[in-house]
Amino acid sequence: MPTDVNLWPLIGVAIIIAGFILRFNPMLVVVVTAIGTAVAAGFPFEKILDSIGTGIIKTRNLPLIILLPLAVIGLLERHGLRQHAQNWIGRIKSATAGRLLIVYLLARQLTAAVGLTSLGGHPQMVRPLLAPMTEGATEARFGKLSERIRNKLRAFSAATDNVGLFFGEDMFVAFGAIALMTTFLHEAGIDLEPIHVALWGIPTAICAFVIHAVRLYRLDGAIKREIEAEKKAAPSEAKGE
Amino acid sequence: MILNVTYLYYLVGFVLAVTAVMTVRDASNPKRYTSALFWGIYALIFLVGDRLPVRVVGGAAVIMALVAGFGGVGFGKHGGRKPEDYVASAKRLGNKLFVPALMIPVITMLGTVFSKQLSIAGVPLLDPKNVTFVALGVGCVISLAVACWLTRETPVQGMRESRRLTDSLGWALVLPQMLGMLGLVFADAGVGKAVAHVTTTYINMDGRFVAVAVYVIGMALFTIIMGNGFAAFPVMTGGVGVPVLVGMYHANPAVMAAVGMLSGYCGTLLTPMAANFNIVPAALLELPDKNAVIRAQVPTSLILLVVNVFLLYFLMYL
Repeated sequence: MPTDVNLWPLIGVAIIIAGFILRFNPMLVVVVTAIGTAVAAGFPFEKILDSIGTGIIKTRNLPLIILLPLAVIGLLERHGLRQHAQNWIGRIKSATAGRLLIVYLLARQLTAAVGLTSLGGHPQMVRPLLAPMTEGATEARFGKLSERIRNKLRAFSAATDNVGLFFGEDMFVAFGAIALMTTFLHEAGIDLEPIHVALWGIPTAICAFVIHAVRLYRLDGAIKREIEAEKKAAPSEAKGE
Repeated sequence: MILNVTYLYYLVGFVLAVTAVMTVRDASNPKRYTSALFWGIYALIFLVGDRLPVRVVGGAAVIMALVAGFGGVGFGKHGGRKPEDYVASAKRLGNKLFVPALMIPVITMLGTVFSKQLSIAGVPLLDPKNVTFVALGVGCVISLAVACWLTRETPVQGMRESRRLTDSLGWALVLPQMLGMLGLVFADAGVGKAVAHVTTTYINMDGRFVAVAVYVIGMALFTIIMGNGFAAFPVMTGGVGVPVLVGMYHANPAVMAAVGMLSGYCGTLLTPMAANFNIVPAALLELPDKNAVIRAQVPTSLILLVVNVFLLYFLMYL
């Protein structure tokens, strides 16, 4: 095998891993990695800033999805959206955080699989609605929650949105990743129907649902045990509420 | 097209510029000048970024990273309301509160689905290349109007709320873009080629199971580094998938591609490099541990990765 491949850019991988492990500020780690990688690849100084600038301009669409809904969500939160979401779910007696998240996971996967990926997301669905509902459902059963339990429920809400999206969207034929795969393989001399790639995503998607749903089912039990342990540890505090 | 993605960049630039001005006037923010500098530069990247030389944008991004890296982005106190007020207005407005919140995803969805029918005199209304983003933008503007009408607030209050949430996100809001930039720099510098070279040179792929495991786990590992399965796919599929799995073991390429990409997604669940999915939600949900979302995803991802090795191993001849 010819060894004309420049291995120096791998320094970039080392810098970013070290930076994240040593818990430097990620913004700083990323810029230092970009500069280090470019130097290792032998870019002249001006080209380093050029490629950073080009990268920033090309990726301007990334923050849109986070920034644009903030004004609406903020206004509604100021008028009690999160409190209302909590109360609303609290009225449904059979609702638990785990069951709610399993239903959301299924809905997110199925809608993403037919291309409706925008029917979810962290700023517009998880923060104002899903996370408060998991908190509300748990609060309706156990009373006021500790910060730790609250944070755990929120993290699981965000995780469930991700799992549902990732393992749903890949079954949609017109999804960008499928076009990327068939285009790449076409250039490598292999012609594929996009629908076949989409269909072969289904076994993994089903396994993803089963694995994550089992974890969510067990989440209810884990939350219950943790709350009971907390109450035992600080009984006076629990009574004070 | 009538509604172009560039308009959204102007809109975002405008919102960020307002944020910067509000920040510089906010005496409760101990770092108001450096924070305003940070948001001001970011606003300019959206407002005039494509008309500046890329070198200047690159320099601006480095300055932003330095400001953020040395703790220059702070936040002020926001005139919150008393807990009773929240409960009272939640009671008063009730389920109506859900309407504007749900309008954003619903309008985005309708815009995406019916984008081909939406045209004026044969000109598409929504930028066909960026339908989702433009539809999201339209959805947010309409929902803001409805939310203002419902709550009897002004759009200025909407801007204040937007700044409150932008403040609580801080630099995490910019991180996805920085990582996207890094992915492009990595591609330019040939990091992918180097990784593929190392994997194919030093790992013996004589056994079918080993080859499958290298491809599946390699997709996940490479995605962890690059933050994105799309970047990993050409490298791993070009390096291992096509020559070894298809070339030597005659695997069905559709099965290989589908399972391979979804193994990359397992990597996405594990990496802070996928900031939009992992770090930003942690900031949005005000979690003290920035890796809390990743921690909640680790077991699902690792179990699924093992499952994927076996799925590809057994399904590749179908």
